[in-house]
Amino acid sequence: MIKLTGDNIFKVLVAVIAASAIVILLLNTYVLITGSANVFATSGFGFISGRNWNFDIPSFGVLPAILGTLITSGIALLVGVPLSLGIAIFIVEMAPRAIRVPFSYLVEMLAAVPSVIYGLWGMLVLRFWVLDYIETPLNTHLGWFPLFSGTPTGYGFLTAGLILAIMIIPTVASVSREVISAVPNSIREAAYGIGATKWEVIRHWVLSYGRSGIFGAIILGLGRAIGETMAVTMVIGNASGASGMPVSLFQTGQTLPSLIAGGFFDSQTALLSSAYIGAGLVLLAISLLINVAAHVMMTRVLKVKGGAVE
Amino acid sequence: MDNIKIQSVNLNAWFGTKQALKDINLSIKANAITAIIGPSGCGKSTFIRTLNRMHELTPTAKMSGQILLDSQNIYDPIVDPVMIRRRVGMVFQKPNPFPTMSIYDNVAAGLKLTGARKDKNLDEVVKYSLQQATLWDEVKDDLKKPGTSISGGQQQRLCIARAIALQPEVILMDEPTSALDPIASAKIERLVVELKKNYTVAIVTHNMQQASRVSDYTAFMYLGNLIEFGSTKDIFESPKNQLTERYITGEFG
Ligand SMILES: Nc1ncnc2c1ncn2[C@@H]1O[C@H](COP(=O)(O)OP(=O)(O)OP(=O)(O)O)[C@@H](O)[C@H]1O
Ligand SMILES: [Mg+2]
Repeated sequence: MIKLTGDNIFKVLVAVIAASAIVILLLNTYVLITGSANVFATSGFGFISGRNWNFDIPSFGVLPAILGTLITSGIALLVGVPLSLGIAIFIVEMAPRAIRVPFSYLVEMLAAVPSVIYGLWGMLVLRFWVLDYIETPLNTHLGWFPLFSGTPTGYGFLTAGLILAIMIIPTVASVSREVISAVPNSIREAAYGIGATKWEVIRHWVLSYGRSGIFGAIILGLGRAIGETMAVTMVIGNASGASGMPVSLFQTGQTLPSLIAGGFFDSQTALLSSAYIGAGLVLLAISLLINVAAHVMMTRVLKVKGGAVE
Repeated sequence: MDNIKIQSVNLNAWFGTKQALKDINLSIKANAITAIIGPSGCGKSTFIRTLNRMHELTPTAKMSGQILLDSQNIYDPIVDPVMIRRRVGMVFQKPNPFPTMSIYDNVAAGLKLTGARKDKNLDEVVKYSLQQATLWDEVKDDLKKPGTSISGGQQQRLCIARAIALQPEVILMDEPTSALDPIASAKIERLVVELKKNYTVAIVTHNMQQASRVSDYTAFMYLGNLIEFGSTKDIFESPKNQLTERYITGEFG
């Protein structure tokens, strides 16, 4: 028998708390799997590869929503990461002391804005900017190119991606800022000492030394972008089924979260709600997969290049 | 004096409102080793950091006066600090090889900045620099390993090779052996003596024996002032100033 000392009780307590994180994840997965068994039994792999969302036939496929999720998150990273890195570099390497702290604080405040507010702003403001300054000109001049084709409305993948880009900035920028400030000054000095310019020091030394941390920051941002529901639902246009199959950036569509949020509560039949739960399972799988891939990539990169393990 | 490589003229330096250097006039001779000694906080590091415009990288730093490198003022507005730092290399107190770069790239980094590609010539410069730093034989089979994977003494010689690779005219060393064990230190000392054939060397040290062993000239600083400057022999055997004498005999420090 293990004695019931304070130390042992503490150990067990900590173990239980730690295990609960795993248990919650497993429970989540379990609920999603059992909940979606129905739709997978009916549609099989077609649930992943299919593009229809039709309860009359019935036929359910989430491919458009998967692609929509990837496209909007991709736009978010493409636009949001350079901006975030720029902000982080500015704060650490360039900003005068007096504005460094208030500016970082402001950037972090962006994270405190509720996502429905981003959604409202997206509908009321950003949507028209995107329509007037990006979509209409591109469509007029390069409309023959599939990505820019269709009839722009301001709603759709592009606007959703741009909203997400803004929403991931506080996460990516503040983690990157921490990473960049953790780069030892001795490295900067050594680089200046061999005749590097400020830009070269940042590019070849600071970013390279901090790359694993910055990579982590980007993955955190990606996680946020993939899962974001409310703001995306408000601006993406929620075209369901095959009509949401992405061809043009300017077209309306859906993401996995917007699909679920838009329909789950109205689902009339057991099969339909099972389909929404299935979409949730796919979303969870994508999120986990990306995290695992990121982890593998990170250890791989560090091993090959050596050093800079924080 | 003949053969002056680098010279400070009425040099003052500040950190914020605190004055770290007071009216320093010091001439460093070409192809000689000049040691800078003095108690902690007297301004030794600050002084050598004004010699390659590293001082100005500290946010609060200011300075006045001139530094003449081959009689040209390096603080002239038309002078590019990047060019100065290539001509006046620096080795720091703590060995600081670039951790994300291989041994090879540590040495080649400065040249790559100037646009040199990985060609035969670059390989040769890397080899030559490592040889000059007496490190080649120890690392020639490990050039791809990270710069931080070798011992502290080897790392410091790698840092010297990194400076040498740019073919500088002057090499500044700020207590290059203070983080090393005696054997590694002795190696660096011998290396420093070798270096003066090709380079002008200024070395900051806390170690009196080291200053007297390696240097040709010695400058003694105290509270931001240059107290005495002369040949190392004179400074150690017949110092003119009371303070110098008390410092080198270890009465304070
Ligand atoms: N970054 C800085 N900010 C503010 N003051 C500084 C800074 N660096 C040095 N000082 C001050 O300037 C003076 C000279 O410092 P310096 O580092 O040149 O001394 P040192 O002779 O090299 O000392 P040590 O032997 O301890 O290295 C000291 O009083 C120090 O406190
Ligand atoms: Mg010092």
